[in-house]
Amino acid sequence: MAMDASEIERLIREGIPDAVVTITDLRGDGDHYSAQVVSKAFAGKSRVQQHQMVYQALKGRMGDVLHALALQTSVPK
Amino acid sequence: MSNPVFERISQDVKDNPVVLYMKGTPIFPQCGFSATVVQILSHLGVKFKGIDVLTDPSLRDGIKQFSNWPTIPQLYVKGEFIGGCDIVREMFETGELQQVLSEKGVPVTAQ
Repeated sequence: MAMDASEIERLIREGIPDAVVTITDLRGDGDHYSAQVVSKAFAGKSRVQQHQMVYQALKGRMGDVLHALALQTSVPK
Repeated sequence: MSNPVFERISQDVKDNPVVLYMKGTPIFPQCGFSATVVQILSHLGVKFKGIDVLTDPSLRDGIKQFSNWPTIPQLYVKGEFIGGCDIVREMFETGELQQVLSEKGVPVTAQ
């Protein structure tokens, strides 16, 4: 099972409109990605809450069709 | 909470100061992400209870709902959900994890 990087980015941006998303295909297999997500929407939220917002934007795909997405979230400086 | 799996999880994270829901066991992790968290906790000399979700499909699904978190591993300290592999690693690198453990009264024998 795999998922396209552009699809991941599209979903995250759909859920968190101002997000700046950088996706890296870690192994070139379309199954192990890392994503850096920067958004003002994360301000004042814990890391767990920030990641939950991204997972919510991915609508259940994380842990399902999307096996591995190393996630790093932050607020713009 | 009438869900028996949720009750079991609540009890486990209450009875044990540090609980890691993982794939495999601390000696034989079955997944790289679980292995990473085991390594970090071991490095810090933190005693923890590893619970293998692969032995029980209802627990594997239940913990994801319980924490509202889609992936395994999941780390709990004194009943509080700390995060998955990425968060634990990031917190370890910044020293935040050591701080949280100490604040919650969990002995850390190394930095």
